[in-house]
Amino acid sequence: MRIETLAALNAERAARRAAILVTDVASGEQRLVREAEIDADPLAETLRTHLASGRSGLVEAGGRDLFLTVQVPPVRLVVIGAVHISQALAPMAAGLDLAVTVIDPRTAFATPERFPGIELVSLWPDEAFAGPVPPLDRYCAVAALTHDPKIDDPALRSALRAGCFYVGALGSRKTHARRLDRLTEAGFGQAETGRIRAPIGLDIGAATPPEIAVAILAEIVAARRRTGAGA
Amino acid sequence: MLATDTDILAAAESWRRDGRDVAVATVIETWGSAPRPVGSHLVIDGAGNFLGSVSGGCVEGEVITEGLDVIADGRPRILEFGVADETAWRAGLSCGGRIRVFLERVA
Repeated sequence: MRIETLAALNAERAARRAAILVTDVASGEQRLVREAEIDADPLAETLRTHLASGRSGLVEAGGRDLFLTVQVPPVRLVVIGAVHISQALAPMAAGLDLAVTVIDPRTAFATPERFPGIELVSLWPDEAFAGPVPPLDRYCAVAALTHDPKIDDPALRSALRAGCFYVGALGSRKTHARRLDRLTEAGFGQAETGRIRAPIGLDIGAATPPEIAVAILAEIVAARRRTGAGA
Repeated sequence: MLATDTDILAAAESWRRDGRDVAVATVIETWGSAPRPVGSHLVIDGAGNFLGSVSGGCVEGEVITEGLDVIADGRPRILEFGVADETAWRAGLSCGGRIRVFLERVA
């Protein structure tokens, strides 16, 4: 492997962009295919399949054995609201290797005692994304859990604009209907607002905060594995 | 924290930039209950230092030895470990799985 190729692969990862390293295992010849270059690649279809699954693997093409090193950015979970459910959700998400950030402008909620070892940002969502929290991208999952439109709505707007692979919001169907009205007024179309999962979480009859956390995480895992977002 | 595969490739780059000789091993195929998934990396330097894992410890020694040969001659190669071959008898994948590992030098 040439150091330039290795450096380019590492640079794509640092920039949170997907890339595939194609290696001819007989000759050692290699080329790096960046996410934006896949469509123009002779192996486009195969590369897309591997990118979607996020899995590296050996393929045969033109009589050659090629190994595809598939690199997709690590998934981040941004939780809006340092609430009871988040206290259960954050450590479970960390166990699934999601990089978790909890955002809540209410300093009484966002305390390290309530969230030991979890990255906490005590700012309004818009301030958080303009400051200490890296901008959202399609390898992010966003769960809005405050029940307060003043806090949840700006985060949902950012999540939809960024094309996050998972956008979920807590609240009853009635609450959600009002939320959809507000987002529609803000200029979002049905295709966008339809991406919000609400009521949040797989329907497993979850009753307690940890159970709701399981339902949310299961929904995130399904969204991630079925759309191929993130490592 | 356990080194992730991403940390390992970053280490490979920084080791090489520091002037160390470096080889990278990648699990390219597994059968049965192989302990580390396809795509797992192990990076080796010329002094035998290593980071990462291709088998959870069963065949690392053999991969490192071969890695030093790859550093010496620059030729990429494929190693195979499993219950059926001689090497496995020596190095051994006690889980009964089989793995193929691609080894290359970082130039």
